[in-house]
Amino acid sequence: MASKKINMINKEGIAVSLYKALKSFGVALPVLLGVILLLGLFKIYITPELLSSVFTGNLLRDTILGSVIGSISVGNPITSYIIGEELLKEGVSLFAVTAFIVAWVTVGLVQLPAEISILGKRFALTRNILSFIFTILVAIATVVTLRVVT
Amino acid sequence: MKVNQKGQKKERNKNLYYSFSFFVIVFILYLVLAIFDLEKISMSLNASFYILIQISPILVVVILLMGVVNYLIKPKSVSKYLGIESGAKGWFLAIFMGILSHGPIYIWYPLLKDLRDHGMRAGLIAVFLYNRAIKIPLLPVMIFYFGLGFVIILFIYMMIASIVEGKIIEIIEHK
Repeated sequence: MASKKINMINKEGIAVSLYKALKSFGVALPVLLGVILLLGLFKIYITPELLSSVFTGNLLRDTILGSVIGSISVGNPITSYIIGEELLKEGVSLFAVTAFIVAWVTVGLVQLPAEISILGKRFALTRNILSFIFTILVAIATVVTLRVVT
Repeated sequence: MKVNQKGQKKERNKNLYYSFSFFVIVFILYLVLAIFDLEKISMSLNASFYILIQISPILVVVILLMGVVNYLIKPKSVSKYLGIESGAKGWFLAIFMGILSHGPIYIWYPLLKDLRDHGMRAGLIAVFLYNRAIKIPLLPVMIFYFGLGFVIILFIYMMIASIVEGKIIEIIEHK
């Protein structure tokens, strides 16, 4: 009798927990769908050719540009590696390409509305601004260390 | 208690309003762009649908994980392992969880919000999100394109950057 009661409580507890999870996810669902629709737009409108055409050859400017472009780009990280390699072949510096591939995965301008809505404006903005700055610092530190080591 | 519930409901309604507004804005953007180039918009919709199909299994996992967090993990244990009292263990756990997590970044936001409501530190959320950039299954591909030395150095700097970022966020959040 007692174990039956415990079972009932557990089942009820699980159902309530799942309901809470679904409810919490439901609130975030429209903004997530919006982000997915934006990702679709970016995939079609922002092509790799368009991305490589903006680099100028200036080391610092290109590193910042790499970071900016990586921040607004979206998709699987493998895509950023492939584009990164193409950029290197076209003579873009490793600083810029590193900034580009790091920003691709650490800064998310397209996902920012979802992050603001779910995790809060202050947190989301601070995190993305800091990640953007760190992208440039990490790129410089990585390439300089690599050159010193090799 | 009642006041707390009322506050939570108000916050949820506000989030829902913001969430819907964003969706409507994107929908309007699609309509406007469709006037200029219907074919590209149709391709964008296809791309979006493909993304949705791709992430669906991970969405289910995230919802189930949220259920598990609600059911099994109590605020006391979250604050022990990921809260203020977690110390260095918490930072390493957040790095580890970030590296192991799969799928796009945005589907993890609701679970992180739940964990934060249970007591997870803001800095550790930032560390988790930053370290999602380090993906073990993608390592061979990255090494193929950029070399082993580059990848090792990059990942070390990224982990350091994630901790510094988390610390700065905590300082700002506590102001």
